[in-house]
Amino acid sequence: MPTKPAGTLYRGREGMWSWVGHRITGVVIFFFLLVHVLDTSLVRVSPEAYTAVIGAYKNPLMALGETGLVAAIVFHAFNGLRIIAVDFWKKGAKYQRQMLWVVLVLWIVTMVAFAIRHLSLALGGH
Amino acid sequence: MTATQIQSPRSGSTVAPKYRRGGSSRGNFEMLAWLFMRLSGVVLVVLIFGHLFVNLLVGEGIHAIDFGFVAGKWADPFWQFWDLAMLWLAMLHGTNGVRTIINDYAEKDSTRFWLKMVLFSAAAVIIILGTLVIFTFNPCPVVDGVQLPGGFCPA
Repeated sequence: MPTKPAGTLYRGREGMWSWVGHRITGVVIFFFLLVHVLDTSLVRVSPEAYTAVIGAYKNPLMALGETGLVAAIVFHAFNGLRIIAVDFWKKGAKYQRQMLWVVLVLWIVTMVAFAIRHLSLALGGH
Repeated sequence: MTATQIQSPRSGSTVAPKYRRGGSSRGNFEMLAWLFMRLSGVVLVVLIFGHLFVNLLVGEGIHAIDFGFVAGKWADPFWQFWDLAMLWLAMLHGTNGVRTIINDYAEKDSTRFWLKMVLFSAAAVIIILGTLVIFTFNPCPVVDGVQLPGGFCPA
């Protein structure tokens, strides 16, 4: 059994957890993308087939799922831009922790705005 | 006394062979893959945020999405190429990401090989299917001999 490692600058800190978050959101988005291309491909089968399947995206439970998916996409997008800054900006590595907090604040602001708009459209009287 | 020369990390031929990473047979594929993730990532932020905004946040949002909505968008080459670029970049970006994860966690050579075969096959099917759908799509289908109504369809 490996012994519990000592704390490092990386392990268990902002750098590691943003990496974990980036991986998990990336995998989630990838599998949704496979499904999303398949469901969109139904436009080539018939208008009824497409409209029936896309109707499944319009119930309240799916509205929450869509909000979660968009949360994954927006985190992956903003943290991806942070990774690019770490790699290409001279001071990127030095400020990677501060940039993660900027990412998280922008993520929350974007998601609050998105959730209000999308959920009121999706759940509201139509 | 001359100043000590310090080479840039991984600066190719100036590094003694025994310190070079990887075999020469791989070329610089991994570096190009790394660069592709960053370049495609920036473009995908624009493409996907635009996609989400137009499809979910404008007008009546998700309730407006049906066959006619897609037909209306793909009647315009602008959205055909927007969606084509999004399809190709997102699939290549995602496939390379999952390839990295397989390389990280699958320890047996044969496991890695077969997982990547499944991954690449699925990616090829999705990319080809999506591309064909975008370009062979008929926005004015005739159902039971009747033209479906729509402003973009010839009467």
